[in-house]
Parts: sequence; C-alpha cells; structure tokens
Amino acid sequence: MERLKNFISKAYIFIILLFLYAPIAVLIVSSFNDSKSRVVWGGFTLRWYRGVFESDQIMDALFTTMIISLSASLIATVLGVMAAIGISAMKKRSYKAVMAVNNIPMVNADIVIGISLMLWFIKFMPLGFMSVLLAHITFDVPYVILSVMPKLQQMNVSVYEAARDLGANAVYAFFKVVLPQLYGGILSGFFLAFTISMDDFVVTYFTKGAGVDTLSTLIYGELKKGIKPEMYALSTIIFALVLIVLIVVNIYSGKEERAVIDH
Amino acid sequence: MSDVILRLDGISKSFDGKQVINRLDLEIKKNEFVTLLGPSGCGKSTTLRIIGGFEKPDEGCVIFEGKDITALPPDKRHINTVFQKYSLFPHMNVEDNIAFGLKLKKKSRSYIKDKIEYALGLVNMDGYGKRMPMSLSGGQQQRVAIARAIVNEPQILLLDEPLGALDLKLRQKMQLELIKIKKEVGITFVYVTHDQEEALTMSDRIIVMNKGIIQQMGSSKSIYDEPQNAFVADFIGESNIIDGIMKRDCLVNIQGVDFECVDVGFGKLEPVDVVIRPEDLTIVKRGEGYLDGTVISEVFKGAFYEIVVKVSDYEWLIQSVNPAAVGSIVGLTIIPDNIQIMHKPISEDAEVIKDE
Amino acid sequence: MNKRSLWSGPYILWMIGFTVIPFCMILHYALTDRDGAFTFRNLLAMFEPVHLKAMTVSVEVAFFCTVICILLAYPLVIAMKRLGLFGKSYTILVLILPMWINFILRLLALQMILSNNGVLNHIFSILGLPPHELANTRTAMMIGIVYDYLPYMIVSIYNSVADIDDDIIEAARDLGAGSLTVFFRIILPLSVPGLLSGIVMVFVPSMTSFVTANIMAGGKIQLIGNIIEQEFITTMDWHLGSGLSVILMIFVLLSMAFTSRNDPDYGMSKIW
Repeated sequence: MERLKNFISKAYIFIILLFLYAPIAVLIVSSFNDSKSRVVWGGFTLRWYRGVFESDQIMDALFTTMIISLSASLIATVLGVMAAIGISAMKKRSYKAVMAVNNIPMVNADIVIGISLMLWFIKFMPLGFMSVLLAHITFDVPYVILSVMPKLQQMNVSVYEAARDLGANAVYAFFKVVLPQLYGGILSGFFLAFTISMDDFVVTYFTKGAGVDTLSTLIYGELKKGIKPEMYALSTIIFALVLIVLIVVNIYSGKEERAVIDH
Repeated sequence: MSDVILRLDGISKSFDGKQVINRLDLEIKKNEFVTLLGPSGCGKSTTLRIIGGFEKPDEGCVIFEGKDITALPPDKRHINTVFQKYSLFPHMNVEDNIAFGLKLKKKSRSYIKDKIEYALGLVNMDGYGKRMPMSLSGGQQQRVAIARAIVNEPQILLLDEPLGALDLKLRQKMQLELIKIKKEVGITFVYVTHDQEEALTMSDRIIVMNKGIIQQMGSSKSIYDEPQNAFVADFIGESNIIDGIMKRDCLVNIQGVDFECVDVGFGKLEPVDVVIRPEDLTIVKRGEGYLDGTVISEVFKGAFYEIVVKVSDYEWLIQSVNPAAVGSIVGLTIIPDNIQIMHKPISEDAEVIKDE
Repeated sequence: MNKRSLWSGPYILWMIGFTVIPFCMILHYALTDRDGAFTFRNLLAMFEPVHLKAMTVSVEVAFFCTVICILLAYPLVIAMKRLGLFGKSYTILVLILPMWINFILRLLALQMILSNNGVLNHIFSILGLPPHELANTRTAMMIGIVYDYLPYMIVSIYNSVADIDDDIIEAARDLGAGSLTVFFRIILPLSVPGLLSGIVMVFVPSMTSFVTANIMAGGKIQLIGNIIEQEFITTMDWHLGSGLSVILMIFVLLSMAFTSRNDPDYGMSKIW
C-alpha cells in the first residue's frame, strides 16, 4: 500500500515535470535542427549557434536585456533595501498604507502597469532605453521589499544598538552589523528582480518605443514572420548556463548545510 | 503475564547510518506510569515515536495486547500522543480540537459535548472551549493537548516531554496535575523526559536510557539509591563519583583510606567506581572523619549549604545544613550504607556522558 | 515619523512618481474624450457586446485555468511532501528553471507539441487513439495559460504547506485521521494563505495574457487583454483603452478584496 502510494506520487511528479519541461526539450532539439521548418527534422547542425554570434540584432537585444535587467535589479535592490528598513520602522497605519501602494505593481495586471507608465512617460520624455529601465525598476522594487522584509522582522534590533554602544558609528554599524543579517533576503530579492526583469515582455513592450528591443520584444516581433532558429540556439545556451550555475550553487550550499549539521 | 499491555521486542532503529536504538526490549504493564529518561539523543523520543507508529523500526516488533502492531499506522492504534510543542490545530478552537478524534470515530453529538466538558474540567480549563489555541498560554495549550488525547480513551497515552517548554513553577504544578489525571482516568502513561526530577516525582518505574541502550530500570527510589553504573549515577541527581579499589567484601579503598561498606561480590583488588551522594557526606572536625580536606567554596542554597572540600586532587561535593568556613580544614565521614560500589564500565557505550 | 523611517524616503518619492501618478494618468484618460471633455463613455464601453464578450470569456478562461492549476498543484505538493522533497534546495529550483527560457519561445514549443502533426498526435496515433485538432483552439489557449502560471500556484501552495508543523499532521494521524481527513481537515485549511496568493497570481494575469491568446489560439479568441492592447497599439484610442483598463483594475481590486486581506507574500518572495 505504502509502495503503491509512493509509486503514484513519483509518477505524478514525473508527469507534471514532463509537462513543464517538454516544450524546453522541443526547443533544444529545434536548436540543432538543420531544417528551417519547425516540424521536420533536417539533420543535426550547429550553424544556428554560430548564427547567434553573427546576428547584430540578436546580440544587441541580448546586450540590452542584460544591461536593463542587471541595472534595474541593482538599483531596485538598493532602493528596496533602504525602503524596507524605513518602512519596517513605521507605525502600523503608515506601514499598511505604504505596503498597499507597494503591492499595486505586483497584483495589478502587467498590461495596466505598462500602459499607465507609457501614458506618463510620453508626457515628458521620449520612449526608449531610459523609460524601459525606469519601468523595470518600478516593478522590481516590490519584490525586493517582500524578500527583505521578513529578514528585517526576524532581525534582533538590539544588535544594532549593541554595536553603537560598543563605539561603532551609525554607518559602520549599518554595514557591519545590520546588512550582514539581511544578506540572504537581499540576495534572493536581487535574483528575483533580475529573473522577473529578464522574463518581462508586456511592460517592456508598452514602454520601449521604436528602436529599442529586448529579447522578448524581438521574439514577439518575429512571431508573424517566423522565429529565427538562432533564437532557439540562444535560449539553449542561456538555459545551459543557468542550469550549470544553479547546480554549482546547489552543491556549494548543500556542502555548507552539511558542514553546519556536522558541527 | 497477562497484565503486560505493550512489549517492545528487539527494536533497532538508525537514521542516516547512525544507530539510535540498539536491540531494545521493554515491557510496559497495564496502568503503569513509565518514564523514559535520558540525555538528548539517547533514543527515548524515537522509542516513543515507534510506539506511537510515527516511525517504523528497522528490526524488532511492537506487541500491543498480544498483537503485533509494528506495521500499523498511527491512526489505527489505540494509543494517543501528547506532543512536546502542543501541536494544537491552529485553525480550530479548543472544543473543535478536543472533538477532532471523536468526530472521526462518528460519536454522537451529545456524547462529544459531554466528553469535551468532562475533559476541560479534568485539565482545569472550564470555560475555554471557544478560545483559539493562539490566544492561550503555553501551559493552557498543553492542557488542551492532554484533553484532546484523553477524550479518545486510549489504552496508552504517550507524552513526549510535554512540560519541556514551560517554566519551572508551572512545570512543578503540572507534574502534580498529571499524576492526578493519571489516577482519575486510569490508563497507562509512557512519559519521555530528560529532566530527572520530573521522572523521580511522577513515575512508577523509570527507564534510564543512553546511546539507544537501557542503562537501568526500576522504581524512582532504586534508581536514585542504587545506580547500577556511573552513567546512571551521574545522570540522576548530583553525585561524587570517584575511583576506588575493593580490598575485600565490605571494604573499599578510596584516596588511600579504607572505608567500610555493604557491597559484596567484587573481585579482590578490583578497581571500581564509587558513588556517594552529596547529602550523605557529613562534615566533622578535622581528624574525626575518614578524610581531611580544605573547604574551597560554600554556597547557600536555601534549604542547605553546598560545600566543596578538596582532598588531595579530588573535590568532594557536600550538602550540609551547617555552614563551613572557606579555607578551614575539616573531616568527612559517611555511614557504610550510603556508599554505592559499581563495576567499571567495560564497553564504551556505558561510559559517563556529560553532554548536557 | 522616526529617523529610521526616513530611509524609505527615496522609494516613497519613486512610488509617487511611477506608481501613483501613472495611476492618475490612466484615470484621467479614462474619464475624458479626445477633446479633453469629461465623460463616462470610456468606462461604459465595457458593456458594448464585443467588450462584454471578451470580458466574459476572460473571466471564464481565468476561472477554469485557476481551478485547473489548483487541482494540479495540490496533489503535486502532497506527493512532494510524501516523498520527503520538502526543504531540499533543488525542489523549488526545478519548478522555476523553465522561467529562464523566454515564455514566448516556450509557448511556441508547446504549440508545436499540440499542433495537428505534432508530438502529441504522434503519440496518440501510436497508442491507436484518434488525433486531436488542438492547435488554435480555446483548449490550446487554456493549456498555454496553465503552462504559464502553474509554477506560481505550485510555489505558493508549497510555501504555505511547508509552514505547517509536521507535529500537527502527526497529531491528526494520532487522533485517528487517515490521509484524506488529514488533507481536508488540516493541510487544506492551513494552506489557505498560500492558496489565496496563488489564486491572485494566476487569475489576474490569466485574464490579460494577450500574447498567450495570440500564439495558442491563433488570434481567434479575444481576451480583455487583447482588446486593450489593440486600442493602444492598433486603433490608437487611448481613452477607450484606459477606460477598459480602469474597469479591469476595479475587477482586480475586487477579486483581491474577495480572496485576501494579506500580502501576496507567499508566492514569489520565497522562491530564492
């Protein structure tokens, strides 16, 4: 009975993972397909991989995506950590009010966020790189705050006071005592913001104007003409890189966990 | 024996290759208050979880009223547990928590209502039925947890350090209440604790465990007065444990001085462990006792003074109603009845552990 | 205001600049016509048959997709708990790893699988089953939406189930509850916060996922998101588009108020 239940559990997990990963498998296979048609197998090739680096359009979009995601998530992390520290010190009513506004970009439909920002940007600046960056920061910060806030609430406030008592000035105490305690939350907030920026299409689509393209908007633009196989190759590369990084991080943190248990 | 309700037969259990219980045999009688006592990691909680059905032993079996229940899941056993962290269902009020097991057994509404009332009265919580668990103090939550288990009329109630999270005063009060509840409901209690005082106060029988092995079983008095090895002596109460050599029956040499004692059956000149309780030592004038030493500290503990007397390189702990001046030289004496002689441990497993 | 709360100053200014003012902008557009005169017409436009139909379809689709996500996610979380996969760092990573591939590309691949001469029908023919013409249907669109948002639902529920103390589940077993009772009486009620934030994270985006509708339904089905997008990009009637957006926003706020009074905290913030 136990065995049967375990078997069903495993089978079910397998089916869900199959659903989630089957399209990715198809993508990876397509990236090696020597036929431009998406459904016919035309033999193995690596030419789409060469093509990725030869296409200025793709390299530009990749570069723009990386720059925007990286700078937006960095700025959002600084802004968000400061905000979380400030908000957590507020009285209950202002705390609730600020958190309610903070939640708007997260719960609202992204199309509404994109449109409202576009309407506002158009009033005082040309749509382009800057407007996309500002928009990304705007939807990134709430996630940073949500990641940092629990750590702040767990943090022992008296530690900061103890540092001051022992002669540390405010700046020193902040960097040496407060920040290290928030480290986990800050890191996860940053990665979360980065992932969301990388994956965003809708907000970028409405705030980008002509001329600027991220990978998402470039792919969307190609939809009607048919996606260039180089895109599959690029996705496969990104997927492989992320997979390797995650495995390495996982092994490393796994070792650390075990070390903690051993002591 | 027909009054044995539960028998553990050669139980072994390991986690991640670490042996937690090592071929444990145990019999529990009907209506007994048994306490498993030992330091953390000694296997006492795992033993309880095996009885409750939350863990399956690697080897051995659990016999309940003559039937093998080793493979039975917890919901099919006539055994209920009171957990260390109360484990009340946070989304149900006190009444619903207590009624949980009864509703599953499809009892009538009036029966459930009566039972709740009775159980709340039993644990001194009348009138708390509609409260949510979060609004109760730790002690109150634990009372509800006990009530929740007892209404199911289990044959055995398992209690896993139920008072561990409470403060000292409340703990002492709850100990007395548990004894009262036990008398009233008349079921078998199996109690797990690392607190030797708790065990001595409540139990009919104490089972001292260490490293997955039973070190000693017996009544509170026999465990306290006649520890069978240095681990038990050290774990139960405070003791002076010192090396000695058995000269012959009823004569032991400690620190170069011969003491009369009552123990027989040791080998001639066998090295032994000698256990002497602090309250059994008496301070006398210099030269009038077996040993002379210097008083190096004296602390007033309310009912007595705790005095440390250094004799060559050993520091004797003494509880005395009379003070002694630090720095003075005094004599120590003891009556033969109060000297407890033990064999030196042979295996490493039985060695003294001081990890608490 | 104490000194520490001043730290949030820059972000509060940012919120006013980039959340509150844009919010007012969209309201302004919604309540005026091209000449700047005040009107309710853009809001009332929701009741025109085309828009009303899109809204009804959106709500229907979002509702069913959310229910399907819940029905798929709970057994998965329970299965993971059974097999002791909780608390392992890779569990969540495996679920969100697909997010690192652009969702449009993933949807295209999914479409290839579902297409009339795709992998799925290939498997069907091997099994001797009749082929299913799924491509460009409402079913395909819903599969696409479930595919997009299922990980969010799983992660939300996973996090709230992970917060349930094992002792509580053991206590229920101890009192005689079987697996089903444990699920319905203990796990389900105690994971409601995660379930609610999962619903918010799946329901709202489902209503507006115009890209998914375009790809998976081949432009045959109009969600409210498609209508709004067209008003801004093709028809260029920003006032009407804003009006419909405001209605959508009200809808979202209502469903939020209905599902929860807490933060959408359970889902995303605990991923990393």
